[in-house]
Amino acid sequence: MMGWLARLGRSGLAFFERLGRGHIFLLQILAGLPGLVLRPRLVFQQIYSIGVLSLIIIVVSGLFVGMVLGLQGYNTLVDFGAAQSLGVVVALSLVRELGPVVAALLYGGRAGSALAAEIGLMKATEQLSGMEMMAVDPINRVIAPRFLAGAIAMPLLAAIFSAVGVWGGYFVGVGLLGVDEGAFWSQMQAHVDLYDDVFNGVIKSVVFGIVATWIAVFEGYDAVPTSEGVSRATTRTVVHTALAVLGLDFVLTALMFGNK
Amino acid sequence: MASQDGESLLVEIRGLSFARGSRVIFDGIDIDIPRGKVTAIMGPSGTGKTTLLKLIGGQLRPQQGSVKVDGQDVHKLRHRGLYALRKRMGMLFQSGALLTDLSVFDNVAFPLREHTHLPEVMIRDLVLMRLHAVGLRGARDMMPSELSGGMARRVALARAIVLDPMMIMYDEPFTGLDPISKGAIVQLIHQLNEALNLTSIVVSHDVQETASISDYIYVLSEGKVVGRGKPEALRDTDSAWVRQFMRGLPDGPVPFHYPAVDYVKDLLAGNG
Repeated sequence: MMGWLARLGRSGLAFFERLGRGHIFLLQILAGLPGLVLRPRLVFQQIYSIGVLSLIIIVVSGLFVGMVLGLQGYNTLVDFGAAQSLGVVVALSLVRELGPVVAALLYGGRAGSALAAEIGLMKATEQLSGMEMMAVDPINRVIAPRFLAGAIAMPLLAAIFSAVGVWGGYFVGVGLLGVDEGAFWSQMQAHVDLYDDVFNGVIKSVVFGIVATWIAVFEGYDAVPTSEGVSRATTRTVVHTALAVLGLDFVLTALMFGNK
Repeated sequence: MASQDGESLLVEIRGLSFARGSRVIFDGIDIDIPRGKVTAIMGPSGTGKTTLLKLIGGQLRPQQGSVKVDGQDVHKLRHRGLYALRKRMGMLFQSGALLTDLSVFDNVAFPLREHTHLPEVMIRDLVLMRLHAVGLRGARDMMPSELSGGMARRVALARAIVLDPMMIMYDEPFTGLDPISKGAIVQLIHQLNEALNLTSIVVSHDVQETASISDYIYVLSEGKVVGRGKPEALRDTDSAWVRQFMRGLPDGPVPFHYPAVDYVKDLLAGNG
């Protein structure tokens, strides 16, 4: 019994210690951000490898999610004679929820895991330590540009996901199932609010982008510098990102749409 | 600062203690590194030789004691002061620690581009001079993944000297190299120390190579300095332990067998 309690206490302490380290790490990153103004090239390179290289998976997934939404939405709405509202259903689902959330999950799996593995391997091969000894702070030089690039790229990816999704819904609803094209777009225009829907969706994607990138760079930087340690860090990045995004999504949704 | 022999000291380690968890790595050691000399730190694997370099470079903090480099207490410096001091220290990692996404040329240019605002023409000249010094001017466009172990270490050496440091720390510079590469590194350490008027700290367990280039040797074991002296003196030392280490004898004060229960009893225990 005492052994069990001691183990519980130890893992509790380890959890909070890691949480604390993660927050100090975030502060160090934030302190390194102003220096990037003078070196935008470092950030652009990372936006390319984090954002542009994630485009294919985002576009393809967005298209299919939109097409499924169109199909499912039509089948339900047509029973109530409300098939003209298909555009609203597709657009609201995407900009409010599916765009930010699914894009963040995909981002964690594609870009987050790559970031964690890259940084973890740089640590395992002493590249980070080598930089320190060359008087180059790895947090400023390696971590901060990746963090900023992720925080910029993720909302853009979510926006692209939603846009392509709407197009997928249009393709299925109007193109295949015969919903009236004018009704599809005009209903969407009338019922999707810029502030309530689009803007709140953008806030979500910004928060998810910051959290997902923070998790990825911290897991990489904090990885045990062995091949097993890096593989664990990569796995943890994907798992923690998914949990954090889904948990935060509920909190943010409750704050944004809870009292209506 | 001066040692007992009146030499000027670049690094002065006093009463240094360091432990990882409950495992004591250093237990109050004193080490002097004189300016302009090659000083070797030797000892069996796992005695914390690399840890010592990280303590000198300020990457780790000791529990007790002090490390002074060029008169400054490394562990009392703030972030900015420490980084300013590190610009004057070079370190050659065992793995080379080259940045894998940059070419050989860009790796050597990296410290210059980070710390100076020199025009690209001048950076090119400086980098090519350093690469020429280590014999790899022709390999400038290769990527680190295309280099052999010995070449990677020479590139890392070129990078370590590109900012004209006052000292270089070599972490196991001979490990895992073929005889030719090993010979090249031995010669480079010796020549660079002379030509650039450096102070070198070589951490190694390769007795022959290290003894051939060092002016003074410290032998560490189990957290203590167990032997110190000029290479020739250490070879004929009275200490049985140091003699075993310097001559590479398989058995002696350090037993061949890891401590275990009695052999016969152990075998019989399996018979139930």
